[in-house]
Amino acid sequence: MTSVATDVRRADVCCVAIAECFRGDGEIVANPIGTIPRIGGLLARLSFEPDLVMTDGEAMFTNADGAVEAWNPYRSMFDVVWSGRRHVIMGGSQIDAFGNQNFAAIGDMKKPKAQLLGFRGAPGNTVNNVTSYWVPNHNPRVFVDRVDVVTGVGYDAAAAAGPAATRFHSLRHVVTNLAVLDFATPDHRLRLRSVHPGVTVDDVVAATGFALVVPDEVPTSRTPAPEELALLERLDPDGERFAEVPDA
Amino acid sequence: MADKRTTIEEVVGELRDGMTIGIGGWGSRRKPMALVRAIARSPLRDLTLVSYGGPDVGILCALGKVRKVVFAFVSLDSIPLEPHFRNAMQTGAVETLQLDEGMFLLGLQAAAWRVPFLPTRVGLGSDVVARQDEIHTVISPYADPDTGETDELVAMPALRLDVALVHQNRADASGNAQFLGPDLYFDDLMCQAAKRSFVTCERIVDTGDLLKEGTHHTLRISRLWTDGVVETPNGAHFTSCVPDYERDEAFQRSYAASAKSPEAWAEWRTAWLDLDEDGYQQKVTTG
Repeated sequence: MTSVATDVRRADVCCVAIAECFRGDGEIVANPIGTIPRIGGLLARLSFEPDLVMTDGEAMFTNADGAVEAWNPYRSMFDVVWSGRRHVIMGGSQIDAFGNQNFAAIGDMKKPKAQLLGFRGAPGNTVNNVTSYWVPNHNPRVFVDRVDVVTGVGYDAAAAAGPAATRFHSLRHVVTNLAVLDFATPDHRLRLRSVHPGVTVDDVVAATGFALVVPDEVPTSRTPAPEELALLERLDPDGERFAEVPDA
Repeated sequence: MADKRTTIEEVVGELRDGMTIGIGGWGSRRKPMALVRAIARSPLRDLTLVSYGGPDVGILCALGKVRKVVFAFVSLDSIPLEPHFRNAMQTGAVETLQLDEGMFLLGLQAAAWRVPFLPTRVGLGSDVVARQDEIHTVISPYADPDTGETDELVAMPALRLDVALVHQNRADASGNAQFLGPDLYFDDLMCQAAKRSFVTCERIVDTGDLLKEGTHHTLRISRLWTDGVVETPNGAHFTSCVPDYERDEAFQRSYAASAKSPEAWAEWRTAWLDLDEDGYQQKVTTG
């Protein structure tokens, strides 16, 4: 008899954790960016959030059967973002304790050590619609004390910018290959929400470059139900998710 | 009706050192590359580029023609980071105004509507505002109906362009232009934000034939906004120009690889930029 922990594949747990980010969102645009985020978002729509609206990765909204529902070119996507009817999952080269995110550059943004993506849509996303983050390789170079550039706005930066910045600002979950984190603390400091099967609290603390808030009891992340595993196989028959997050 | 047909050489002849040039498309999609290549061959310098950036920005930065880049990203899409642009940034070769993608849209819209700025929440709390003196905030003169507060918002300044360069699928001789792919991107706003706009296209057709390939929804840039039109078949190569053609991924990989060393760049430049557009297209076809 093998234990659950050894049966479960880490990438599948990550997909379920991503899907859980969207629980309760209803009829909004779910915009999960990346391999596992995309699979997890589709999983949410096929199971417990059937009303989610999703793109084909280009300019169309397509339903669960792949039929085009509406035209949504880039310009329309800004209408969606600025209306708040969207939940985005972005990556981040750096994330700090209050959820500030950086994927613009390492070092000075005007003459960086490493030029990365630029600001992209992160400033607008974070002050307008719900935002979660996906980190496929949880380590202290990603979870840093201070981000070099604030692209996605964290709770402290939003508060400092005033009510127009905080009114619609909402960071939900940070899903990593080790754990799920959230901001459910009085000062919105990043907190350990659950650890994935096979990961210890100490593993996560050691992989985080700042003092993570750790509750007395840390649950284990939800594992996929049999029907969810079947859906994951259907959504990702080539197993791209296992390339993004290999088993530990 | 004025016949606005011209050539890429004549368009580039209209450009001057120090100009602010808006370039249409998005990333490595539907870029007016024939015009970018013609600028590459020209002596133009000190340009400010305003672009949802792709290889247009990378090539012109690598050639030292750029003083400043206004951008939210510079990407080759299938290769997320534009390597020539990275080189320019990491050596401090170019100044920047770094924006959120939506602020960029608002800046073009403000210029198009001839207002100095448009208010937005976008940018608040981020280093777009905190670390760039060019971006200011404004206090709303109106109290929020729910909170009674007068919000501090970002005043996204107008991105006024001297010239806009865009590539479309079809156009007519008087400068009505048509996109046939899934996304116009912001090519129409680029034209509206510019003093003068030039459209390259895959094929110039009779005005009466514009609706043969697409519905009226695809006619988004009228001759009101255009000063010249050039037929440049395969003119967006190596970026995509769907449905006419997809991105040339193999060619793009060779372009990206040329950022590895000055020698590799010199070789790529000699092979692909030191020849006129006809020569380039012939070489692309024959391999």
